Amino acid sequence: MTDQSQRTLATAASQGRPPLTKPARRDFFGRLTPALVKHRPLVLKLVSAAVVFGAWEIAGRIPVSYAFPTFIESMAALWSMTVDGSLFVAYGETLKPLVVGILISTFIGVAVGMWIGLAKWADWLFSPIFIVMQAAPLAALIPLLVMIYGIGLTSKVFVVCIMAMPVIVLNTAGAVRNTPSSFIEMGQSFLASRAEVIGKIILPAASPVIFSGLRLGVSAGFIGAILAELKITPTGVGDIISYSRSVADYASMYAAIFSIIVLAVVFLNLLERIELTLFEGNARGYASD
Amino acid sequence: MAMPQTKPAPVATTDIAVSARSVSKTYGETEALRDMTIEFPRGQLTSLLGPSGCGKTTLLKIIAGLLEPNSGTIEVNGKPVTGPGEDRAFVFQDFALLPWASVMRNVAFGLELRGVAKSEREAIAAKYIADVGLKGFEKSFPHELSGGMRQRVGLARALSVNADVLLMDEPFSAVDEQTRRKFQEDLLSLVQNENKTFIFVTHSIEEAVYVSDQIALLLPRPSRVSEIIRPSGLRMKDVDNIRRDPEYLDTVDRIWALLRSYVE
Ligand SMILES: Nc1ncnc2c1ncn2[C@@H]1O[C@H](COP(=O)(O)OP(=O)(O)OP(=O)(O)O)[C@@H](O)[C@H]1O
Ligand SMILES: [Mg+2]
Repeated sequence: MTDQSQRTLATAASQGRPPLTKPARRDFFGRLTPALVKHRPLVLKLVSAAVVFGAWEIAGRIPVSYAFPTFIESMAALWSMTVDGSLFVAYGETLKPLVVGILISTFIGVAVGMWIGLAKWADWLFSPIFIVMQAAPLAALIPLLVMIYGIGLTSKVFVVCIMAMPVIVLNTAGAVRNTPSSFIEMGQSFLASRAEVIGKIILPAASPVIFSGLRLGVSAGFIGAILAELKITPTGVGDIISYSRSVADYASMYAAIFSIIVLAVVFLNLLERIELTLFEGNARGYASD
Repeated sequence: MAMPQTKPAPVATTDIAVSARSVSKTYGETEALRDMTIEFPRGQLTSLLGPSGCGKTTLLKIIAGLLEPNSGTIEVNGKPVTGPGEDRAFVFQDFALLPWASVMRNVAFGLELRGVAKSEREAIAAKYIADVGLKGFEKSFPHELSGGMRQRVGLARALSVNADVLLMDEPFSAVDEQTRRKFQEDLLSLVQNENKTFIFVTHSIEEAVYVSDQIALLLPRPSRVSEIIRPSGLRMKDVDNIRRDPEYLDTVDRIWALLRSYVE
């Protein structure tokens, strides 16, 4: 069947006529462009970015609000912040609590989540803490944190962790608990030790959901880092945002916000790389970024 | 092609590889097995035949050491079972393949857990992958295989650890008829050539009569053995003629007559 349709296709092409049978390789717009087909995900990303930025530009030009700059103005502001180095100085500040908080949340979060998923009593002991943490209104907790830990790095790391950790812990615990029991029985029947059951069966089985928790956690951590800079002490990118807002330099404000979103996307892509390096089998069917 | 299927006359004192004594198992309210006693002679294939939900998988898992009975004992080679062991390998009804692992890794997984070096276990696995007819699919992942192919991966995994006792839970249920018949023949020669004990769950009366040394008919839940049938005459026959043999046809009929009463 395939043989035959290929043959028709080939003869039709050699005679310079459009093929009669519909060829499989056509791009989004129905054109025969193998290169486009091969890079379809990338092309789609670029197209959707162009649509968003175009809409932004148009909205800025109407303008929807005097406080809403166009895309081009924002990019110009971003460029000037990049060349004068102020953006890098700002990120030097912002990245500290962000990276520390995310690392802590990732390692402790996954470990505690595994523990909760594996042991009933750990579930009983720890789950409520993280459920409350996830539900807590963070802005209300910030004054409390500042009272206890001051206005330094510690408080900001805490804010990042409070944002990032619960979803990581709860996703990990749920994923571990939902490992199909037949996998575990299979491992046991072939004499896997407890450590092997965890390392070779439970962890890989749970990894897709653990990583989706990490993605959510990392995104929440970004929100936490900016929130900390807006609510505790204005430093880093949070400072750019609040300062440029106070002087009505909206282009710079949007540039800063844009840059943090770009950084978050880069981070999430990095996370996916890590996932695919650690668990190659997860390569199937993930919608990323 | 015809392969003589003659067997040395059974030894007077049949050697029992696996025995279950008054095993009972309840899941909460559900009483799956009640006071089940059954013996599995070494080097022979015993089929468990019974209605769905009667506790066949439960019995196999208890023998495998994956489940604990509420009462009663299981002995394998004279030693009471306290957990899984190297002497038993399981073919799971739901295949239990690791979706993130290739066919090769899945088949070699039992050996991997036993600490066999990678090159060695992959060589062994490759042989069994070829034996079950999956040569060329070593690098595929389970989701890329059909149901029958997945089942064969589970079969290859169990065979590759070279256990004395093979616990096979409906191992051919998802394969096509041609493959099924081929596997039945392969199974017969495996039983013939290797001194392994097979405990084989099936829903097919014909399959049970074709491959078994003894067939245990199980009652509906709570399950006990209602009857043991030994189509012993068939085991001397040529594989190609079994299905035409009067004893085969009579046994199939007899079992159907017995099972029919449960269905009605
Ligand atoms: N984990 C479990 N929890 C509760 N009940 C169970 C569990 N496993 C099995 N059962 C019950 O025990 C009974 C026997 O189940 P089992 O899986 O052993 O049947 P089976 O003979 O293998 O059936 P089938 O031929 O359909 O595979 C069933 O009624 C089932 O509902
Ligand atoms: Mg079953």
